Amino acid sequence: MVDDRGRAAGWQLSDKPAARLAGKDILGIQEMSVSEIGLILDTAESFKEISTREIKKVPTLRGKTVINLFFEASTRTRTSFEIAAKRLSADTINISTSSSSVVKGETLIDTAKNLEAMNPDCIIIRHSASGAPHLLARLMHVPVINAGDGAHEHPTQALLDLFTVREKKGRLAGLKVAIVGDILHSRVARSNIYGFTKMGAEVLLAGPQTMRPAEVERMGVRWHTRLSEVIPQADVIMMLRIQLERQGGGFFPTLREYSRFFGLNLEVLKTAQPEVLIMHPGPINRGVEISPEVADGPFSVILDQVTNGVAVRMALLYLLVGGEREADRSSL
Amino acid sequence: MNLLIKNARVVDPASRTDVRLDVLVKDGKIAEMGPGIPEFKARGGAPGSGSADPGHPREEVIDAAGKVLVPGLIDMHCHLREPGFEYKETIESGSRAGAAGGYTSLACMANTLPVNDNRAVAEYILRQAREKALTNIHPIGAVTKELKGEALAEIGELKDAGVVALSDDGNPVMNAGLFRRALEYARGFGLTIISHCEDLNLAGQGVMNEGFTSTTLGLRGIPNAAEEVMVLRDITLAELTGASLHVAHVSTAGSVRAIREAKARGIKVTAETAPHYFTLSDEAVRGFDPNTKMNPPLRTAKDVAAIIAGLKDGALDAIATDHAPQTAVEKDVEFEYAANGIIGLETALPLTLRLVQEGHLTLSQAIEKFTYQPARILGINKGRLQVGADADITLIDLDRERVIDVSQFKSKSRNSPFQGWRLKGFAVLTIVAGRIVYRVPELS
Repeated sequence: MVDDRGRAAGWQLSDKPAARLAGKDILGIQEMSVSEIGLILDTAESFKEISTREIKKVPTLRGKTVINLFFEASTRTRTSFEIAAKRLSADTINISTSSSSVVKGETLIDTAKNLEAMNPDCIIIRHSASGAPHLLARLMHVPVINAGDGAHEHPTQALLDLFTVREKKGRLAGLKVAIVGDILHSRVARSNIYGFTKMGAEVLLAGPQTMRPAEVERMGVRWHTRLSEVIPQADVIMMLRIQLERQGGGFFPTLREYSRFFGLNLEVLKTAQPEVLIMHPGPINRGVEISPEVADGPFSVILDQVTNGVAVRMALLYLLVGGEREADRSSL
Repeated sequence: MNLLIKNARVVDPASRTDVRLDVLVKDGKIAEMGPGIPEFKARGGAPGSGSADPGHPREEVIDAAGKVLVPGLIDMHCHLREPGFEYKETIESGSRAGAAGGYTSLACMANTLPVNDNRAVAEYILRQAREKALTNIHPIGAVTKELKGEALAEIGELKDAGVVALSDDGNPVMNAGLFRRALEYARGFGLTIISHCEDLNLAGQGVMNEGFTSTTLGLRGIPNAAEEVMVLRDITLAELTGASLHVAHVSTAGSVRAIREAKARGIKVTAETAPHYFTLSDEAVRGFDPNTKMNPPLRTAKDVAAIIAGLKDGALDAIATDHAPQTAVEKDVEFEYAANGIIGLETALPLTLRLVQEGHLTLSQAIEKFTYQPARILGINKGRLQVGADADITLIDLDRERVIDVSQFKSKSRNSPFQGWRLKGFAVLTIVAGRIVYRVPELS
């Protein structure tokens, strides 16, 4: 049962989840149902409190092993997953390599088989190639969580964004969410488009026409080329990081011009709704897509997003890995 | 060995034949075609004269009732990988795959290692073919040295050595001035240029069709325009030079339209497509299966419909496989790192017969695109059934059904997106110059 705030009713925190997520992997928001999203967000609410305690640790995942497999640089997401796992008492292993598996000389399939042979309980993967987590998930029996694949999806980012907006606004349905910037290359945009539209919000996109993904309207969103068309009507404004190397790719002439037409500064913010939320998945380019005054200003929930990321990831790990596996129980 | 094939439905598009006939093969040639050829003729003697050695019969009579007999199929575009990539395919294994798919002639592309851009490589391929291949092998020479698009290959020598056409397939010749000279020079030697139409700047780092599917998968897209601007450029240059241009692996609606219009204006342009372009759309890429990755990429349902229409009205002359063997080394990796290409020799015929079953093409139209048309474009004396011609013959059972199992393929590679598909209409007997190179057990 899901109530009008998208909450799964009657759920209590215990050592063993009363409800588990259907399917073993978290590969994208596209495949998730509204009730699954609701379950994760509700579970995250219970976990948020743990991070405010003196002793920030519960024994829920004691004896479980979680592997962070990061083929792409990441500070926030990797640390967030690691802290989430540790606060649940899981053992965590970090494997970080900036080079792809191809460069490294071992294929992703071989890496997967080797890790599987060490009996982990969950694999979290970040990879620059879209679909890499899907390749891993096809091969592995343990749950695979996508921590960002290419320009495809970043489901845990979308979940923490949904959580943050629901926490601040008290609802998701009926809100207008503007996502601004390099939509073409953004996995955060894709996951949030699925997430917010599924939960009943309306998504408006804005950015340079060169960064509009082909036929993006078929994802149930509206496309705008001017910031001024979306800012005044948005309840939530999510600014995307502009990759500095895109400047050379012919997507826009200069960072200076990008900032002038698509950057969020105090001037532009004046036209926004009085209770607007300013979000950014990080890391931010101060003074490019968002000015420091806005990033650090009263409407910004950028650091709340980071705090909530831990709670959401704790909830996911709990729902995926928590409780006994059938094999464990039968051996007792 | 002499062969008498009885009671076949003989379909020969070149002569507009579609009748029940017997076909007698002697000394590698078609000796006679007609109704009710008596069996003694296969024995080459008078009635009653028997075979000299019963252990090695010098003749065989095959009852082909209910089967269709057509000119041996010709694949005008495949990659046999030899020399250089023998772990993927060899001339021998590729010809074995071809024979199993009903092919009697294969034209192999020049992107080997070393590149077939000189006489020595062309002669090597032809020698391997003579010694090991089950089918006829027709090498295609490179347009430019090392396929780099910088300087013309020794086209005259390649022609002397026996290449049947020229192509830098896998790469476009991006320099329009050089491509103009290539068309002119090749024309002087009577060679057609087969163009891989792809603007590399528009294709960029794309790995699949640009559209809604690439948007949702977060994979970089290749727009239809990457193919179409080059088709239009090459048509313009064919008009300028009066040379014969053949467009390889047409995948988009815009290319079909451009080729149709060029033909109407009398420009010497021909074109081929491949079965995957009229069977699959880019929706097949969902799931990130690297066996749905090829260049050009799978397009949209609209393009698929336009390709079928082009086959129907003749804008597209031929069906080729673009058989591109890749092993697990190239394919069992992340989608964007995976090599392009799928194999096609053992699935092209049944996939095309689907168009016949669905009423898009007549059987004769379908067979023409595998026989008479590629022979005409390549200028080889094949692709028709007539007395005195090489006995390159394929027997097809239109009702034979099979689930595609790549592990049973004769090809060395397994990269097919059609694994597990139930298809209908397969070659059951393949004859090259009078010799049986493939037959299903039931026909023994």
